[in-house]
Amino acid sequence: MSGNTALKRDTRDSTRGEIIRERGQREVFCGLTGIVWLHRKIQDAFFLVVGSRTCAHLIQSAAGVMIFAEPRFATAIISERDLAGLADMNDELDREVEKLLARRPDIKLLFLVGSCPSEVIKLDLSRAAERLSGRFMPDVRVLNYSGSGIETTFTQGEDACLASLVPEMPASTSAEPELLVAGALADVVEDQFRTLFADLGIERVSFLPPQRSGELPAIGSNTRYLLAQPFLTDTARALEERGARRLDAPFPLGEEGTTAWLAAAAREWGVSDEVFERVTAPGRERARLALGRYQDELAGKRVFFFPDSQLEVPLARFLARELDMQLTEVGTPYLHREHLARELEWLPDDVQLSEGQDVDKQIDRCWAAEPDIVVCGLGLANPFEAQGITTKWSIELLFTPVHGYEQAGDCAELFARPLRRREALRI
Amino acid sequence: MQLTVWTYEGPPHVGAMRVATAMKDVHYVLHAPQGDTYADLLFTMIERRAERPPVTYTTFQARDLGSDTAQLFQDAVRDAYERFQPKAMIVGASCTAELIQDDPGGLAEALELPIPVIPLELPSYQRKENWGAAETFYYIVKALSRPAGENSPARVRPSCNLLGPTALGFRHRDDVAELTGLLRMLGVDINVVAPWEASPDDIARLADADFNVVMYPEIADTAARWLKRTYGQPFIDTVPIGVSATRDFIAEVTELTNVDPGPVLADAASRLPWYSRSIDSTYLTGKRVFIFGDASHVLASARIARDEMAFEVVGLGTYSREFARDVRAAAADLGVEALITDDYLDVEERVQELQPELVLGTQMERHVAKRLGIGCAVISAPVHVQDYPAAYSPQMGFEGANTIFDTWVHPLMMGLEEHLLGMFSEDFEFSNETRPSHLGGGARVAEATTESAPQADDVLQWSDDAEKTLSRIPFFVRGKARRNTETFARERGIATITSETLYDAKAHFGR
Repeated sequence: MSGNTALKRDTRDSTRGEIIRERGQREVFCGLTGIVWLHRKIQDAFFLVVGSRTCAHLIQSAAGVMIFAEPRFATAIISERDLAGLADMNDELDREVEKLLARRPDIKLLFLVGSCPSEVIKLDLSRAAERLSGRFMPDVRVLNYSGSGIETTFTQGEDACLASLVPEMPASTSAEPELLVAGALADVVEDQFRTLFADLGIERVSFLPPQRSGELPAIGSNTRYLLAQPFLTDTARALEERGARRLDAPFPLGEEGTTAWLAAAAREWGVSDEVFERVTAPGRERARLALGRYQDELAGKRVFFFPDSQLEVPLARFLARELDMQLTEVGTPYLHREHLARELEWLPDDVQLSEGQDVDKQIDRCWAAEPDIVVCGLGLANPFEAQGITTKWSIELLFTPVHGYEQAGDCAELFARPLRRREALRI
Repeated sequence: MQLTVWTYEGPPHVGAMRVATAMKDVHYVLHAPQGDTYADLLFTMIERRAERPPVTYTTFQARDLGSDTAQLFQDAVRDAYERFQPKAMIVGASCTAELIQDDPGGLAEALELPIPVIPLELPSYQRKENWGAAETFYYIVKALSRPAGENSPARVRPSCNLLGPTALGFRHRDDVAELTGLLRMLGVDINVVAPWEASPDDIARLADADFNVVMYPEIADTAARWLKRTYGQPFIDTVPIGVSATRDFIAEVTELTNVDPGPVLADAASRLPWYSRSIDSTYLTGKRVFIFGDASHVLASARIARDEMAFEVVGLGTYSREFARDVRAAAADLGVEALITDDYLDVEERVQELQPELVLGTQMERHVAKRLGIGCAVISAPVHVQDYPAAYSPQMGFEGANTIFDTWVHPLMMGLEEHLLGMFSEDFEFSNETRPSHLGGGARVAEATTESAPQADDVLQWSDDAEKTLSRIPFFVRGKARRNTETFARERGIATITSETLYDAKAHFGR
């Protein structure tokens, strides 16, 4: 694979400046928010949050206008009666689940999702899931995970959800190596990766989560997995426990990241350089072409990341290396040293990393950094814009297909458009 | 436990945020875990506010629970005081913090800050957003208001306070402007508007006014009653939405103050009365409307619908349980049954059952109506970003009535369009599968059938010719025609519905 430029590792010692580690007010969603995209990804699953009115209101607000089709999620709101012990919460929960499943016979997988209140009162949802599974199997499988804000930050909800699926994956008896791609991807991206892997000659490829709960991929000691998303700490651990082995790679964002990510699998499967070049060349070419159009707009622009989805480090790397943007501070809720090892090697030396958040202090630093564009959550964006700072809402980076060759240009567009708009407005 | 998909109201601490965000120089420290900061986006995105809400969240995590969340809270209060230098603070707990019982009020008091610190008790597992807003406003008024003192300015003209407008309200910004103008024209000065843009100093001088105007009873009723008890300040709680209600409001103001309403009434800027009388509006007669929202807006809308538009109110309801009695009374007056619920599925079911021609509701009813292919106008919170229009669009006063006339008529078909549909029902664009052009055209998402609830002995059959006749009836009354015909057939023991039955039923029901 020596001919492949993207595989040349920057072996420079990454002894960059101190990482800022903070705790204080966090302007980040909790893990329940992941339900907004997960319920669309797994098409026969239903997510039942056991929580408070706040939980219901949060998901509704985060989902915004995605209100049309009847959603496959709901909140079982704990009431005063439940807390006072006047009602047995387990009986109440069983009753609600029964009603729900009667109304939605299309549901094959039900997640009981723990919340801050359910964690604090120590409502045991794993026992509830077991009990309900016993009752509704084989029609409906019931699992549980926590999306609570006291335990999970935003995308960690997806991590917890996928981790809960891993023990349910059937054991693989395959003697051949099998590839598993972990992390919810847009359907279109999944299709593109399938095609690329097939063209590389990697035939046994599956994705977690699957589109239908009955299609959970098999797993075993011949499973090699690639992380498609950087926030899958618990999922990775669970996969390893089932014997799977992680293929070390950066994340498939941008031309370079996608190539290195595909190459990690190609290397494992012994794909020849020649085949790898032939299969990836058109995608790489298209990605470079698409990104070239953004060079003028983005090169030299200073970007500041507030912590949000854990995608910050791979995105910053992409912006710095493929679009020549300048990084100021790159904040992330949690920095997974091992999963991000390849990414960190690729980051420029002068970047200020920060982990966790004390939002008021970070806003002060952001002003001092004089960025051209700030990547932040919805609560911060308009106040920044009103004060003359261009922003990109970070949630859009999760709701828009950005992975892979064909989306590299779209990813750049997300950063270019707010800057272009500010330029275009003459008012 | 109650299963909920979409909610009309958030938790009570969001109500407290609406009050704090509307005010100046007030800061709210909320004991809450990560994630509860989502509420900021309601204000910055939906209402497009240019500033972050003045709220500090303690952001405790699981690992803090065993140790010292109380210390975390005190640090957050101290830091927030130093950073934001507010003139008053409110402190409280969100749903999770309520469970760990840290006593935010006591903890904040122990810090002995040199400003008033007002503790909130908002039971999250019993109450909701509007109640939380009302309670917060009441606590603030109780803590900060002072008796009318010798420092009160000498006044020539009578004065009042406008109570109730908050952040994230439905058209509160424009209602304040409209009522301010109306009262000034009457010769009444505005002493304080609160919580909207009021500072703690403004709250302190509430008692200087001669009377209070309760603009939004859901939010200001509790505080207004307390002000009446404590300072003997009378209040007006007639909500001036609609022409008649605005006239009533003016009459009440003149009664309290002896100002002369003549010039204002003579100059009444509302075009609604004439527009409603003009012949092009004939087609509005008897339009069947369903109304749902908060109690104040539903009550006002019902009156406008019946008296000022000559609509037929076929159903109404509210999610404001606190005001259920008033809505039930209004429903009884209209001869319909009130729907008191906070489950949008109940509302959807009722809309489907009633087949109205127009739905007046919240954001949720807008989606329901869209799905069912029925026109809709938004009359009440909760609303989405498009209901914070750039244009001046009050609901209150005479200009509010103009806005309402335009907004409600817009989703309806004009008279001639309706006639054309009736005459040429076989035009391919008028078919069952096509969404009405004024609602965007394209295919219908869901067929708005109204299968009447099947009964055990229900053996009603529709003959082919009856189905054909039914299909020629304009889609917006087709559901009602089906329902009426089936009722008619059942009452007469008719098993198979023919064209004849359909026309008999039409004659029987008169429409």
